[in-house]
Amino acid sequence: MKAHDFNISGMRLQARGAGALYWPERRLLCVSDLHLGKSERRARLQGATLPPYETQDTLSRLDAELAAVEPEIVVCLGDSFDDAEAALSLSDQEKIWITRMQAGRRWVWIEGNHDPGPVDLGGTHLSELPIGPLTFRHIAQKGASGEVSGHYHPKARLTAKGRSITRPCFLIDDERVILPAFGTYTGGMHCDEPPLSTLMGAEATAVLTGPFPAPIPMPR
Amino acid sequence: MANLPPEIGAWFDARGWEIHPHQRAMLARAADPATLLIAPTGGGKTLAGFLPTLAELADGGHVGLHTLYVSPLKALAADMKRNLLMPVTEMGLPIRIDDRSGDTPASRKRAQRADPPHILLTTPESLALLISYPDAPHIFRGLKRVVIDEVHALAESKRGDQLFLALSRLETLAPGLRRVGLSATVDRPEEIASLIARHPAPCTILEADPGPAPDIDMLRIDDAPPWSGGGAAYAIPAVLEEVRKHRTTLIFHNTRAQAEIFFHNLWLANDEGLPIGIHHGSLAREQRERVEKAMVAGELRGIVCTGSLDLGLDWGDVDLVIQVGAPKNVKRLIQRIGRANHRYNAPSKARLVPANRFEVVECQAALEAAREGDLDGEPRGPGPLDVLCQHILIAACAAPFDEEALYHEVKSAGPYAGLTRAQFDDCLSFVATGGYALRAYDRWQRLIARDGLWQLRDPRAAARIRMNIGTIQDSDLLKVRMRGRGPALGEIEEAFAASLTPGDTFLIGGKIVRYEGLREMTVEVTRDKGRKPKVATFSGTKFATSTQLSERILRMLQAGAWPDLPAHTRDWLALQQEMSRLPDADSLLVESFPHDGREHICVYGFAGRNAQQTLGLLLTKRMEEEGLAPLGFVATDYATLIWGLDPVQDAAPLFDLDRLRAGLDGWLAGNAVMKRTFRAVATIAGLIERNTVGQKKSGRQATFSSDILYDTLAKYDPDHLLLRITRDEAMRGLVDFARIEEMAARVQGHIETRRLPRVTPLAAPLFLEVGKVPVSGAAEERLLREETERLMQAAGLA
Repeated sequence: MKAHDFNISGMRLQARGAGALYWPERRLLCVSDLHLGKSERRARLQGATLPPYETQDTLSRLDAELAAVEPEIVVCLGDSFDDAEAALSLSDQEKIWITRMQAGRRWVWIEGNHDPGPVDLGGTHLSELPIGPLTFRHIAQKGASGEVSGHYHPKARLTAKGRSITRPCFLIDDERVILPAFGTYTGGMHCDEPPLSTLMGAEATAVLTGPFPAPIPMPR
Repeated sequence: MANLPPEIGAWFDARGWEIHPHQRAMLARAADPATLLIAPTGGGKTLAGFLPTLAELADGGHVGLHTLYVSPLKALAADMKRNLLMPVTEMGLPIRIDDRSGDTPASRKRAQRADPPHILLTTPESLALLISYPDAPHIFRGLKRVVIDEVHALAESKRGDQLFLALSRLETLAPGLRRVGLSATVDRPEEIASLIARHPAPCTILEADPGPAPDIDMLRIDDAPPWSGGGAAYAIPAVLEEVRKHRTTLIFHNTRAQAEIFFHNLWLANDEGLPIGIHHGSLAREQRERVEKAMVAGELRGIVCTGSLDLGLDWGDVDLVIQVGAPKNVKRLIQRIGRANHRYNAPSKARLVPANRFEVVECQAALEAAREGDLDGEPRGPGPLDVLCQHILIAACAAPFDEEALYHEVKSAGPYAGLTRAQFDDCLSFVATGGYALRAYDRWQRLIARDGLWQLRDPRAAARIRMNIGTIQDSDLLKVRMRGRGPALGEIEEAFAASLTPGDTFLIGGKIVRYEGLREMTVEVTRDKGRKPKVATFSGTKFATSTQLSERILRMLQAGAWPDLPAHTRDWLALQQEMSRLPDADSLLVESFPHDGREHICVYGFAGRNAQQTLGLLLTKRMEEEGLAPLGFVATDYATLIWGLDPVQDAAPLFDLDRLRAGLDGWLAGNAVMKRTFRAVATIAGLIERNTVGQKKSGRQATFSSDILYDTLAKYDPDHLLLRITRDEAMRGLVDFARIEEMAARVQGHIETRRLPRVTPLAAPLFLEVGKVPVSGAAEERLLREETERLMQAAGLA
């Protein structure tokens, strides 16, 4: 899977087709909104029993990204777990899988609105992480610069020859990048909806995920 | 008169009315456990259904609910209440009647449960809800009769399966319950009878005199219809003239969009200001009710409508039915004709208005079939398991249940008579635990067994389950509202809304409105003064022509001379012959042409929609392999139209038999038909909730598409119950691949590809078909790349 290169605060970053962000200079891989344990939480809250495979699926795609870029630092940008209890009730096999992925590298859990407290799964738990000119946090702040965030699960639609194509996307302007959700059981918010359209600068681009990630002017 | 209390007999006498023979027969057979009455509309069918009830209730001795009346439309239940109250009041009978639907106020619903009326008029969904309450045994205690109106329409969909399951539950609550089905003319009465009866009990079939033969013909119009197009604008003056000449005219359309466009044009031409209204399923309830009231009061001269008026509302003085667009299916044509002339002994009058020239041919074929009484229809499959899953949830909401007892109860419902214990256990296991290959949710099962009885783990879940009862799929509709605090105008499909940009105009409820934006899942519009809307493409229901009709059409085309067809249509067929050729049975004609920036092929198989649909799937797979970048296809009964990025010069290699099968399963699994089907199945079975408590609070990020669930199941649990149901159901809409392979074998060597510069006369109507199936392959990535480059260049960024 290919990647799209762009610059924020003078740093060269890559929006990867799988939905992860890579910072080659620091060998840092960042993914957002994994929502592990979502089906377990739904079942607990008297909902339907969704196919319980999303944690497995999300972890295998993450594993593939780790194998592809071999990062030294992994930053999970918040909402990594659907809630604290969902983190606790991962299967032993899934917990071991996470531990194995953490081996030999720095691993940071940024807190999100779904998972504000620390988790007992190794790695460091932080509210936000500044590295050089960049700051990694869950929810974008107005007026911030050099900011890498998630939370909104942005997606974009474009229409070509009568075909409407909607994909999760990165949103990028001069000050920030917002990552798409990496978790399997996640929906999205269209980038023309107010929180996103008002947050992003006039020149913002959207990078649709898929085999050939490339930027388009952000649909508004 | 036998069995008839004096009050009722006197009421008939006072009006100088004779009891119809079939009404008498219904009274005579009132004690039968199950009866199916087949009678034309206007034959006093509903009164025939109710007479035994009125007779039994006349002495005032019955306490509680006596008769449950179930109809497919809420409006029909409300209408029936008016129609019944009048004679009951005039006869002075001590009978309480009430209706119940989603629109009934909560206070009245509560009162009905505490103290049920003698006659309750309702819908299958409201009935399913009623049996989910713990007090269902109280509500239905002493119930004697169930009358199912328009049972032929209910039997065509899962609403019928749900209803027949509900009957099996009612039978347990009120043993000895008698069942009556009322039906319009159908091709296989025994099939419907077997659904109504408690399996394996017999069902009496009574057929009323069908009355005089209907007067149907094509409407003579001087102007020629267009080559393609569904608006039938050319027919406006002629239709207005008919409205003027008749008391009340119903003008049927096949889709809501066509109805909107026609109504708009009719209104522009209506210089005399004749009172004409519009009625279809996308309009807001208040608006529909206004039209229904005006119609009952005889205030309207014309009503432009869709299938929402198909069912037997009592529309007073309708004396003409106009069908715009080919009726597609002879049974529906006959049933629509039944709308005209509710007086029993006068022939009903109907006129067909083809919207384009191909439809002239279709209408002619339908007319011949109708005159010959050649009703078409597909046999019905066994009861679907997603509906059974919902039924099990409903049972759990009402009370803890014993699985053995529920299994036997379910098997007494006609559609589920052949249900195996293994199938039932699969459904129960899905409802209880999700039924996944991976053991999960041991702590959070939906149902748990306690003391040998299944029950909800958390009884509070019942409220959520009740909010999602029903089998009607309308989850992708968005409400349309005037900006500000304006009234609701109706609903449009989410996909249509997604295609709008602010400033676009479209028609709804006969008004042109301007799209302003989407706000909290509501489409906000303002009034627009323009006269030309962007065409509304929200689609309504897709109707398939029956295979029999498409065979008739092919025979007509092959005739070579068409004395029965109007001159313009003869010219049009001649033009097709000149530009390309007419299809025949010995070879397969494939036309290949560019149109609107894409490449197309049109394959004239005349094999019926299911077979043409299967052909679309097979050919797009082969085109993907050949690197022809297919984007999608649409199938009608006579042809498949496929579009893509690259031209097809020779279609023959696409029919290569050896390569058709290889990799087919994977191609099918990824297809939109499967995903669409899964969405409906998963919603009905209770995996996806359409309505949740406090839905507004959760952000849009929280909801994710059913396609994700489908892909996940297909990857990790391919043998899961819901995928098996999805495959079965999707395959019912497709034909056996063996038959396609047979056709491929038969015509091999006789596949003629004609490469043409533009759309041909015969292919043009296909562009209007609804039910397009997108294909996901290399073309999407190619399109995405091309469009990305174009956008960046346009923005000066590349």
